[in-house]
Amino acid sequence: MRAKFVLSEVATGLFRNVTMTIAMVLTTAISLALLGAGGLIVTQVGKMKDLFYYRLEVSIFMKQDVTADQRDALRERLASDPLVANTVYENKEEAYSRFREQFKDSPELVQNVRPDALPESFRVKLVDPTKYELAAQRYAALPGVERVVDQRRILDRLFGILDTLRSGALVIALVQGVAALLLIGNTIQVAAYSRRREVAIMRLVGASNWYIQLPFVLEAALAGLVGAVLGWGALVVVKFAFVDRMLHSAFTGVIPTWEWTWLLYALPSLAGIAILLSGLAGWLTLRFQIKV
Amino acid sequence: MITLDRVTKAYGKGGRPALDDVSVNVDKGEFVFFIGPSGSGKSTFIKLLLKEEAPSRGKVVVAGRDLSHLRKWKVPQLRRSIGCVFQDFRLLPNKTAAENVGFALEVIGKPREVIRRVVPEVLQLVGLEGKEERRPDELSGGEQQRVAIARAFVNRPLVLLADEPTGNLDPDTSIEIMRLLDRINRTGTTVVMATHDSNIVNQMRRRVVELDRGRIVRDQARGVYG
Repeated sequence: MRAKFVLSEVATGLFRNVTMTIAMVLTTAISLALLGAGGLIVTQVGKMKDLFYYRLEVSIFMKQDVTADQRDALRERLASDPLVANTVYENKEEAYSRFREQFKDSPELVQNVRPDALPESFRVKLVDPTKYELAAQRYAALPGVERVVDQRRILDRLFGILDTLRSGALVIALVQGVAALLLIGNTIQVAAYSRRREVAIMRLVGASNWYIQLPFVLEAALAGLVGAVLGWGALVVVKFAFVDRMLHSAFTGVIPTWEWTWLLYALPSLAGIAILLSGLAGWLTLRFQIKV
Repeated sequence: MITLDRVTKAYGKGGRPALDDVSVNVDKGEFVFFIGPSGSGKSTFIKLLLKEEAPSRGKVVVAGRDLSHLRKWKVPQLRRSIGCVFQDFRLLPNKTAAENVGFALEVIGKPREVIRRVVPEVLQLVGLEGKEERRPDELSGGEQQRVAIARAFVNRPLVLLADEPTGNLDPDTSIEIMRLLDRINRTGTTVVMATHDSNIVNQMRRRVVELDRGRIVRDQARGVYG
């Protein structure tokens, strides 16, 4: 095997048509960055679910005119309920001070709310947070209960948005991926055409097929690799500049950390996918292009 | 060395086949002219020997290989035992004479030392010493064909196929090229040459196989163009 021969062919091939090579690399990069972003959302949502669902509480809000008896009866029922892990009672004053703390940045809002306007409540942690419906049924109809609110409902809306983002990212990744593969096929066709004399002579003197095809396949694979590295670089920039700087300072503790190890694993996976698919696309193009 | 057994080759459906029920045998070391007008089947014959085309019917055997049973991935092996020369030389314009010859060895994976040793030898054999570093556009037609012959012969093939090798050359140059092919033939290489150059056929007095519309109409030892 003449490595120098093959490598110089690859280099000539990539620089022969620079604009096409750039288009090919950029499309690949965008496709893979979006694929990575989609994968990231999947893992992050999974982590957030783990993180939050078991921290979630069901709030049972009492009516304004709830009696002490009704309150005690509810407290007893909660204490003996096997669904319930533990219960915290919050009276009106506590609710008001928590409210003031939460909205200390909007003093007008705090001023307009009277301390006794906020309902007292039981904050209930369930043994199995997915059994929310059961708990709601059991307590919503009891005397003195205004309504039962599950925080999960709110989170599910957030996860719904994230799921849509993920699907969107993956669909665009797919479309871009197809475009990238078509561009690779096109580049290889151009390369094969501009080297048709060499290829004809190689076939004539009995060069083996893989020797003829290897420079083209490597050319495609190399472009794929460069695209993968660029796409991965985009993910790194997004993590550093957007997620770490902005999201985390805004929502500390809400969004699980996007770990660097995830990015470390992402690079070989993206590069592997890119090399494999683009090499395959190049090779398939050749199979239909160069007859033996 | 080469055997065609009742070979028919038709391109597409209908129409006259390019080769029609042809049987011929060429022994090792022979020098054979295949003559006939354009469209008589000479080029198809050469394509069949290289397995660039497969026969519609019949059997083709080259250097002991039955080509109908030859696996696709073994076709390169077959072609390494066949040297090819064409009317249009088919040299790489951006490579020197030596590089053109070396390319044929390079792409079949010969080591660099072998190439460095063998290429000057074969260029000397074809009479191009001193012109190794010239590019095709700095060589005359006859010299370019010598480079092509050197490339075809450098790997010491069993068979040399020449498709109208003198078609682009003047009569004097053509005769020099024929002398060269004759010399190669004397090393034991079987030479098959397709041509319609009657002068050359008449001067050489070798075996002549005449094709007409895909059929063999004459097979004569020490023949003339007719």
